[in-house]
Amino acid sequence: MTTVSTAAVSGHYGPYGGRFVPEALTAALDELDAAFRSAIVDPSFIDRLTELERSYTGRPSPLTRADRFAAHCGGARVYLKREDLNHTGSHKINNAIGQALLTQRMGKTRMIAETGAGQHGVATATAAALLGLECTVFMGEEDTRRQALNVVRMQLLGAEVFSVTAGSRTLKDAINEAMRDWVSTVERTHYVLGTVTGPAPFPEIVRYFQSVVGREARKQIQEAEGRLPDAVIACVGGGSNAMGLFSGFIDDPSVQLRGYEAGGDGVETGRHAARFAAGSPGVLHGTRTYVMQDEWGQTIASHSISAGLDYPGVGPEHSWLHDTGRATYEPINDAEAMEAFALLSRTEGIIPAIETAHALAGAMRVGRELGSDAVLLLNLSGRGDKDVATAARWFGIGAPEGIEISEGR
Amino acid sequence: MSRRLSEVFAQTKSADRAALIGYLPAGFPTPDASIELMNAMIDAGVDAIEVGLPYSDPLMDGADIQFAVDAALSAGTTTDVVLDVVRRLDGERAAILVMSYWNPIERYGVERFAVALAAAGGNGVITPDLTPEEAGPWLAATKANEIDRIFLVAPSSTDDRIVTVVKNTSGFVYAASTMGVTGARSQVGAGAQGLVARARLATDLPIAVGLGVSTGAQAHEVAAYSDGVIVGSAFVRCIRQAVDLPAALAAVRTLAGELAEGVNRRAG
Ligand SMILES: Cc1ncc(COP(=O)(O)O)c(C=O)c1O
Repeated sequence: MTTVSTAAVSGHYGPYGGRFVPEALTAALDELDAAFRSAIVDPSFIDRLTELERSYTGRPSPLTRADRFAAHCGGARVYLKREDLNHTGSHKINNAIGQALLTQRMGKTRMIAETGAGQHGVATATAAALLGLECTVFMGEEDTRRQALNVVRMQLLGAEVFSVTAGSRTLKDAINEAMRDWVSTVERTHYVLGTVTGPAPFPEIVRYFQSVVGREARKQIQEAEGRLPDAVIACVGGGSNAMGLFSGFIDDPSVQLRGYEAGGDGVETGRHAARFAAGSPGVLHGTRTYVMQDEWGQTIASHSISAGLDYPGVGPEHSWLHDTGRATYEPINDAEAMEAFALLSRTEGIIPAIETAHALAGAMRVGRELGSDAVLLLNLSGRGDKDVATAARWFGIGAPEGIEISEGR
Repeated sequence: MSRRLSEVFAQTKSADRAALIGYLPAGFPTPDASIELMNAMIDAGVDAIEVGLPYSDPLMDGADIQFAVDAALSAGTTTDVVLDVVRRLDGERAAILVMSYWNPIERYGVERFAVALAAAGGNGVITPDLTPEEAGPWLAATKANEIDRIFLVAPSSTDDRIVTVVKNTSGFVYAASTMGVTGARSQVGAGAQGLVARARLATDLPIAVGLGVSTGAQAHEVAAYSDGVIVGSAFVRCIRQAVDLPAALAAVRTLAGELAEGVNRRAG
C-alpha cells in the first residue's frame, strides 16, 4: 500500500495523471510547480496560510457526532467533519485561499476559475476580494440557472461571471473555457483549478491545500473515540474534499476509504456521472484518469441533480486509489441523495449541500454494512443554502404565500 | 519519418515559397462535403491538408473551429470516418496530415491508429495537447509506421523546451504564433518571428507557423521567415458563411488561391 501514499511521482499516479496540455501552457505549469514547491518550505508562506485559515476561514472546523442521523446508519457512530461551517460554506475555500496566495507569490494580478455548484467560484471570488486580485469565473449556463444564488454572490464579491453556452453547458465546458482564457492571458493570470484534477501539478497542489481537512479530522476523531475510524466517507466530484479527508488516513490500512459519485437517474439509464461504475481510463482536461467516454474517445456528458458532481472526469489519484483497491467508489442516485439530504436536515438540524448528501447516503450504506460497533467519519463538505430551490422543487414544497422561490429551470 | 512531407518542403523551398497547409475538420459540414472542400483546397494550390479529427472538448480551439467540430460530430464523424476521409483525399498532389487531440487516438489504440493512418495514406499527425514527455508509445508507433509526428512550440517555450520538442518531432515543427486558441486574427502574433528564429537554432527541420493567419497578405508576411504557413479558422469561417456547398467550394478555392499567392516569396 505504501506505493499509493507516495502520491505524485513527477505528476503521475501509477498510469494516471501527467500533463496533456498545449505546449503554450507548459511554461506556466512549470512556473506554478516551482512557486508551489518553494512556498511550502517557506515559513512565511505557511504562517500566512495558517493565519488565514484560523482567522478568516474559521479553522479548525468542528467534528460533530451525529447520533440521530446515525440511527439510520445501522447504529454505527457517525462523525461529521464540518466543512460547511467554513467561511463561504464549503471546503472549497481551503484551496482557493492557498492558490490565491500562490497567485500573489508569482506576481500575477488576475485569477480565473471554473465552477459547477458555484462554491469554488464563490471561494475564489472571496479570496480575490480579500487579496485585491481581479477575478473571472467560468460557469456552464445550465449551472448558472440551478445555482443562481451563487452567481449573485460572486458578482457581489466583485467577480465577473462568464456563462458558458458550449457543449453540455456544465462544469466540463466551464473548464474548457477557463483553459482557453488561460492560454491567452497566462502572463498575468493564474488559473485556480477547483479540484484535484487537471494537468500536473494541479492535483498535487489542490490535495495539499485540502489536506488540512484530513489532518484535523484525524486528530479530532482520536480525541473523541481514542481510535481511528473504520471508514472515512466523502462525495467525489473531481475529488478534492475526498482527497483532503483521505489524505489523513491513506497510510492507515485499517481505515477504509469510501468515495461516492453521482448515480444521477441510475447508472443503467446512462444519465449519471459515475466515472468508476461506467467510465474507462482516458485523457480529459490535461490528465489521464477515468472518463465517461464513448468507443471513439468522445466525452459523454454527465448528469446529476448535483452541479458539483456533474462532471465526466475525476482526479487521477482517485483512479489510482481505485485500481489499487485502496479506496472504493460507488454511485448514489439522485433519489437516494435527496432522501439523505432530508434525513440529515430533520435529524441533526444541518441542511447539507446536495453534493454532500451523496456522501451521507453512502454513510447509510456503510453503517448498515459494518454494524453498530463501527466508527464512521464523513466529510460534510458544504451547506445547502445554494440548493434550497432545487430541494423545494424535488420535495414539492410550495413557498408560503407571498414568498417566491424564483430560480430554477 | 515519411518521405512525403520532406518532399513537399523540398519542392516549396526550391520554388522560393513557403508550404501552404490548410486545415478543415473531417465531417464538416458532412463527411462527403468535407472531402470535396479539401480536394478543392488542393486544386487551388494547398501543399498539405491538415484533416481535423473532431473531438468533444477542443480546448485549443476558438469559436469557429468549435462550431465546425460540433457540426462534424453531429454528422456522425467517428475516427473511422476520419480515416476514410484521409483515404479519399488526393494524396498524389498534397501531403495528408491529421490533427487530433490525444484522447481519440489513445482510445482507438496508439499502435492501431498509426497502422490505420499509414494504410489510409496519411503522412503525419499533429497532436496539440500531447507533449513529448507523455508520448512514449506514440513515438514508437509513429516511427514503426513511418508517420511524421508534429509537436508544437509556443512563444512561452523556453530554449530548453524547444530543444526537447524538436528532438522528438519529425516532418516539420509547428510554431504557434500567439499565446491563444485558434481563430482568425487581424494581425499575426508579433512573437512568431522571434519564435521561429529561436527554433532554427535548435533544428534543421522546416518550421511552419500557425494560429491567426487568414489573408494572403498575412501569409506573405509569415512566408518571409518561415517554411510553412498553416491556415484553419479562415477556411472554416468562409464555409460557415456560404449559403450552400457550391458557394462554399467557390469561397474555399478563392481563399486558397489568395493564400497560395501569398506564400510565394517572389510575388507581391
Ligand atoms: C459542497 C461541495 N461538495 C463537494 C463538491 C465536489 O467537488 P470535490 O469532489 O472536488 O470535492 C462540491 C463542488 O462544487 C461542493 O460544492
